[in-house]
Amino acid sequence: MSTNVSLIVTASALIGCGVYLILERSLTRVLAGLLIMGNGVNILFLIAGGRAGKAPIEGTADAADMSDPLPQALVLTAIVIALATTAFLLAMAHRSWQLNGNDDVQDDVEDASIRRLAAADEASDSHDLATGGDDDEVLTEEGA
Amino acid sequence: MIILVAVHFIAAVMAPWLVGALRSRAFLVLAAIPLVSFGWALSHVAGVQDHQAPVEVVRWVPSLGVDLAFRMGALQWLMMLIVTGVGALVLVYCAWYFADDDPALPAFTGTFIAFAGSMLGLVLCDDLLVLYVFWELTTVFSYLLIGSDPARRASRQAAMQALIVTTMGGLAMLVGVLLLGREAGTLRISELLADPPSGPATTVAVLLLLVGAVSKSALVPFHFWLPAAMAAPTPVSAYLHAASMVKAGVYLVALLAPAFAGTPGWHEVVLVLGIVTTLLGGWRALRQYDVKLLLAYGTVSQLGFLLVIFSVGTRAAALAGLAMLLAHALFKATLFLVVGIVDHQAGTRDLRVLSGVGRKSPVLLGAALVAGASMAGLPPLLGFVGKESVLASLLDVARADDRPDLSPAAGWLVLVGVIIGSVLTVAYTVRFLWGTFADKPDVPATGFAPAPPGFLLAPVVLTVFTVVLGFAGSGLTDVLEPYANQFPPGAHHAELALWHGLELPLAFSALAVILGVVIFVLRMEFGRVQAALSPRWTADDAYRLVMRTIDRLAVETTGLTQRGSVAAYLAIILVVVLLLPGTAVLTALDGPIDVVLWDSPAQAVIGLVVILAALFAARSRRRLRAVILVGVTGYGTAMLFILHGAPDLALTQILVETTSLVIFVLVLRRLPAYFTDRPLSPRRYLRMALGAGVGIAVGLIMLVTTGSRTATPVSAPYPKEAVEFGGGHNIVNVILVDIRAWDTLGEISVLVAAATGVASLLFLDTRMSGIRRVYDIPYPSSVQKVPTGPGRRVWLPGPRTLPPDRRSIIFEVVARLLFPMLIVFAIYLLLAGHNNPGGGFAAGIVTGLALMVRYLAGGRYELDEAAPIDAGVLMGTGLFIAAASGLAPLAFGGAVLQSAKIDLAVPLLGDLHLVTSTGFDIGVYLVVVGLVLDLLRALGSRIDRQILREERAAEQGVGL
Repeated sequence: MSTNVSLIVTASALIGCGVYLILERSLTRVLAGLLIMGNGVNILFLIAGGRAGKAPIEGTADAADMSDPLPQALVLTAIVIALATTAFLLAMAHRSWQLNGNDDVQDDVEDASIRRLAAADEASDSHDLATGGDDDEVLTEEGA
Repeated sequence: MIILVAVHFIAAVMAPWLVGALRSRAFLVLAAIPLVSFGWALSHVAGVQDHQAPVEVVRWVPSLGVDLAFRMGALQWLMMLIVTGVGALVLVYCAWYFADDDPALPAFTGTFIAFAGSMLGLVLCDDLLVLYVFWELTTVFSYLLIGSDPARRASRQAAMQALIVTTMGGLAMLVGVLLLGREAGTLRISELLADPPSGPATTVAVLLLLVGAVSKSALVPFHFWLPAAMAAPTPVSAYLHAASMVKAGVYLVALLAPAFAGTPGWHEVVLVLGIVTTLLGGWRALRQYDVKLLLAYGTVSQLGFLLVIFSVGTRAAALAGLAMLLAHALFKATLFLVVGIVDHQAGTRDLRVLSGVGRKSPVLLGAALVAGASMAGLPPLLGFVGKESVLASLLDVARADDRPDLSPAAGWLVLVGVIIGSVLTVAYTVRFLWGTFADKPDVPATGFAPAPPGFLLAPVVLTVFTVVLGFAGSGLTDVLEPYANQFPPGAHHAELALWHGLELPLAFSALAVILGVVIFVLRMEFGRVQAALSPRWTADDAYRLVMRTIDRLAVETTGLTQRGSVAAYLAIILVVVLLLPGTAVLTALDGPIDVVLWDSPAQAVIGLVVILAALFAARSRRRLRAVILVGVTGYGTAMLFILHGAPDLALTQILVETTSLVIFVLVLRRLPAYFTDRPLSPRRYLRMALGAGVGIAVGLIMLVTTGSRTATPVSAPYPKEAVEFGGGHNIVNVILVDIRAWDTLGEISVLVAAATGVASLLFLDTRMSGIRRVYDIPYPSSVQKVPTGPGRRVWLPGPRTLPPDRRSIIFEVVARLLFPMLIVFAIYLLLAGHNNPGGGFAAGIVTGLALMVRYLAGGRYELDEAAPIDAGVLMGTGLFIAAASGLAPLAFGGAVLQSAKIDLAVPLLGDLHLVTSTGFDIGVYLVVVGLVLDLLRALGSRIDRQILREERAAEQGVGL
């Protein structure tokens, strides 16, 4: 099967730009990167489906001349999901702006607290809860 | 048997209601269930004795060879009697032990019955995997029972400790079960024992099973969980930790011994650990002040003793083991119940405080004395019969070579260990009886409320059994022989009896009693020796150290790997992409690759535009510019779709891109125009390099993989199938609503979830968006009301609610004209989509765009005018219709999501060709419309309102 170079180059460039953007801190840029990357990946699906052809509508063309319909169905759902993702990330960006005045992705607070525990050579909170502390009964004492 | 087990579980589910109605008297009703099981077992004694074990099999997972197989041989029969008999008595006892107003009572009762059912299943089942399931069920229920008072730290800790230790052993056992099943080719226990496999794998499997048994029965080095589990209520200790659960390990060893006692390592492991446990338990029991803990360590000691005797593998030892098993269940349960009564009536279990209890409750003292005597091995009780037989059988191993694979020296060592264990047992028994009941001259008499007769019933009945069964040696021998006869007969034909003549075992027994009493008399001196010898480290400390080490390791690993930065995680993933598949593809590049530059030159031109747009989007510092450039890449992609021959994709892409742009703008009006200004860091170049690297790697992978495709696409027969089964000509649409309809159903569920997420991020506290119609709303002060008479209509009602400077007449007129056209177009797309480009997704977004136009022209009230319905209702209805139309074929004998074709001759319109999957597509349509509507309400109307509120607040601030 021969491969379409212009589509591959386009998809690669889109994915490259997308990767650059999703490594950013601003949620809007991350979202832009995600969308650009998504477009690139959708083109990859086209490439995987083989060469271009007639619209896959039975009766309008010979089956041999049609483009492959299966990747198209997969891409179609991906496009609609991308709309939902966009909306959700925008809502997150908006909420983040409401709370912090910017839409930057913050480092995880819990992870930071675990790093502090690791630095102080301490056990986790759940361990202390499960095994630490004194018994509330002192009948277990041993002796002659 | 299956019914008996099932009834337990049903009762467990109903127990909380029963407790609600009857309070603690519910225990008396529930006791009937184990009692009936007990009666059932008794009625089958003849069958068990004549080697006609009752068998029941229900197919469960035939593909794995796992069946709900149950079989009651002599061993199972004895265990069942213990489990159900003691269970019934302990339940009766509970009725007096617990207060009516105990809030934990409903949960406790249910768990207790469920445990009893699991235990019954464990001893009766004849399938190794099913046995494992019951085994772990007892672990889980015992966790809940030990921790039945979650407010106490000791109770939580003990429950967790027991769970961790026994589950760990259980997992080892599971591996053993699977390995053994593989070696033997069957999981049925009776078949496995009849034809046991051998070889290294079997040895490993059996040793793994022993790990499970040893941890469950609290042998060294796992013994520490049992004393800690004494934090449980006393009925739990009496039932789980004396009579039933801890015996599961003993049962497993007894079950496997006939076939596997000769396995390499078997005797070494069980005999050594068993003897060490016997001695350690006895030794530490002598150092306890808490009489319940004293009994717990005694139990540890006795469990070691039981495992030793069952693991030997001679007929005499097996018979002795069964007698000892029964004797221990009877006397230890009695003693725990006695301690529970003392604790309940006197309020303490500390033997330094208790004094004069025996005089105040002679019945209790009597029961304890008999049970204690049985424990110490005094005639004429069952404990004496058992211990005599044990000593005799071990003597035969040492002297008469009953077990050829055990050397006489080993036999003597075990015998000596058991005798020393018996000495300690006598000593701690006397210490227990003295500590609990004696009058101590220097201690004031303990207050002791008289116990009601019902409370005393259970220990007294158990005591009666201890006495009566002591005289029933020959009857017991007859019933239990079918188990014992699986072993080689040995030098003497062993029988259970009170009197064996003046032989060595009797001398050993007498020696043990005398030495034990001496230790008690010299308890101060012995205690000093013990204190001097006691190690500074206990197994419990080791357990804590291990747990802490694991936790510390987890904290360190998490701290090292989880840096908390999303970008860092992404970078790691992408670097791996670059390193593994990226380098792998380089090695594959040397083959011939068949390429074409383009299918049509237009692809290259559009590709160039798209690439440039993407590059500028990556460079942009302005939000809006970045978003518009992203849109350009999207529209460009749509063009590529058209050129490739994918009209459905192009249509959807263009519609989605347009919707996205509007949504972006709706949110971006609130965000700063520029991205956060941040000094350019050198990391930027790393990101660039990573982006370029991943882009190139993906391109190369695509080049190689596409070129190396050999199989025919799965979609090759789709064109024919689409028409034949799907009843549509648009293959992409048929794939979505028929061939891969499950995917689509999942996808629209994702849409609903995302829309709900957006709404909850904006509305925060309520899902309902509060729809208000225009006629409900007062005119703004700046608007002059124009009287509307007949024949006078407005283009749109909503804009009247806007201040005049925000209105655009042209926009309103266009919106008025555009809206009906878009709706008609959407309906066309929806209905035509099965045969032409279109479908539910495209139609839904077109409808959404129509709503969007109304909103943009007339504000949020216009949106409510256009769609006076809650978006959540719309999406829910859509999801329901899609699911219902998918399930509908079931009603007509079809498969889920199967399509049927209906042709109708409609007057005027002509023939209408309907496919049932259109119903599914309508569901998809409604979900998508609901999604867009939700986005407009959340990101449009809601943010409008926030802006308005802020403006008003600012005005008031100025006014002040």
